[in-house]
Amino acid sequence: MTLDTMTLDATTRAPGRRRALIAAVGVAAIALPFLVNNYVLSVVTLALYLAYVGQAWNVMMGFAGQLSLGHSLYVGLGAYASAGLFFHYGIGPWLGVWVAILLCAAVGAFMGVLAFRLRISGVQLSLLTVAFAELARIGFDHIGWLGGPGGLFLRVADRGRVDLLGFRGPPALYYYAALALTAGALGLCALLLRRRAGFYWRAIREDEVAAESLGINVFRWKMKAVILSAAMTAIAGVFFAFYYNSLFPEQIFSFGRSIEIVLGPVVGGVGTLFGPIVGAGALVLLGDGTTEVMNRLGFDVPGVKQVIHGVLLLVITIYLPNGVWPPLARALGFGPKRI
Amino acid sequence: MALLEVDEVSKSFRGLRAVARASFDVERHTIAALIGPNGAGKTTLFNLIAGVYRPDGGQIRFGGQAIGGSPAHRVCAAGVARTFQLVKPFAELSVLDNVVVGALHSERTVAGARVRARAVLQRLGLASKEPMSASQLTLAERRRLEVARAVATRPSLLLLDEMMAGLRPGEIDELVEVLRSLQRDEGITILLTEHVMRAVMALADQIVVLHHGEVIARGAPASVVRDPAVLDSYLGEDALAGAEP
Repeated sequence: MTLDTMTLDATTRAPGRRRALIAAVGVAAIALPFLVNNYVLSVVTLALYLAYVGQAWNVMMGFAGQLSLGHSLYVGLGAYASAGLFFHYGIGPWLGVWVAILLCAAVGAFMGVLAFRLRISGVQLSLLTVAFAELARIGFDHIGWLGGPGGLFLRVADRGRVDLLGFRGPPALYYYAALALTAGALGLCALLLRRRAGFYWRAIREDEVAAESLGINVFRWKMKAVILSAAMTAIAGVFFAFYYNSLFPEQIFSFGRSIEIVLGPVVGGVGTLFGPIVGAGALVLLGDGTTEVMNRLGFDVPGVKQVIHGVLLLVITIYLPNGVWPPLARALGFGPKRI
Repeated sequence: MALLEVDEVSKSFRGLRAVARASFDVERHTIAALIGPNGAGKTTLFNLIAGVYRPDGGQIRFGGQAIGGSPAHRVCAAGVARTFQLVKPFAELSVLDNVVVGALHSERTVAGARVRARAVLQRLGLASKEPMSASQLTLAERRRLEVARAVATRPSLLLLDEMMAGLRPGEIDELVEVLRSLQRDEGITILLTEHVMRAVMALADQIVVLHHGEVIARGAPASVVRDPAVLDSYLGEDALAGAEP
């Protein structure tokens, strides 16, 4: 289609170089909390959080080709489920996360059955995902048990004490949790892409009719992608609840949040393994980096982050429609492998 | 018992009869051609067999098992693979991965599917194109890729929908050779629709002629092309001279 779906020549791949780079990044990531201050750590944690949600979204869109513009739904449901259990019953996040996963998987499955049985696809499917998120945003305003529009607040963590069981502690704890989530999702996606699921999802993404003619139960495999994506996003919601400690329906389910989730993979490269990570990193570092530099220079420019995101998106859609990762991968000598 | 039995099958779209009580059989290890003018219902009949549409009436049996109305992925599981008139390659996947998707139907592991895919690509003369993305192939190569992908599922019946359209005579002869060898060496039964009579005459053991959704003639190629009804409705007198209608 374009030059970025380049020739894949097995002989030009450089697995040694790839492994060395991943190891270096890994060591740097583990050492980071000892090297930087809490502000920088919070920015990187945000980037990792967005990278993880981006990877979860990428399973549905990047691999299976089903565009969700309402992924804030699963973040919100996961966050409210775990926070509600903790707030009212003292049930910790390690148990709450399973409730969140089950809830989001069930909601994802419901939407999947509705959409795929009624043969809703493309733009209509995207609108359906938006509608579900909007429904939750408005609905949760009326659930007094979860704080309604006034918000649900968890007691702020004691920064001095590490409480692994309650997922409470210093910023480094959340940083490592976000790092583990991102690395775990990367590993899972890498594994899935190499297996039957990866081939079947990409076939469905490219052409559903052809995929079905080759014996693929398209309905079932699309359901698997939606449910996995929803379940992964639920975990992000639990992280969000215990990291930020305050939940408002207007914020967590907002359309803007859904777009924020989509932005990382789009900038990095939809359907690629490292795209969501690279994209989230680029967006957060450029956005917050510029804000910080401006502040240091004595300019207070509210909204500069959004402007930068907008410009970045514009430039990338025009000049790098497949995202920054594919050309970056080639420049790093990873070989012309698309993922 | 014939491998494929199409028995009094009908299909209408909003009152328009696309296929009307069509009946024919395809014997195991033979090549049958479905011919007829544009709009005769060939592709509709194909889609009925492949599970894209559900017949309004009649029976389609494959290996004695009723498949009419089954979804396409089940028809494939029963042993029927197909190509599309308008090719549908997985454009962003490599040629090899395209065929691996098909091979995964019959292989348990990706590694096994890759071995099978390489063997099929070799057979179809696409081995050197393996690492290219499917979107970089020429039309003739894409047609062969469709065949490769379908054959990789290990079908006993292969449905080929207008494989030759838009190809040069040299490319047609090559493809005819490939199909012949598939039928001979892999024991695959083939049902094809085709306008290119040069390919039909070279390949078919049996010809079925469709006109206005009805089967107006069927039998050995030599006799069908002399059938007055066929000459009148479709082929015209020039057909026997080998010209493309």
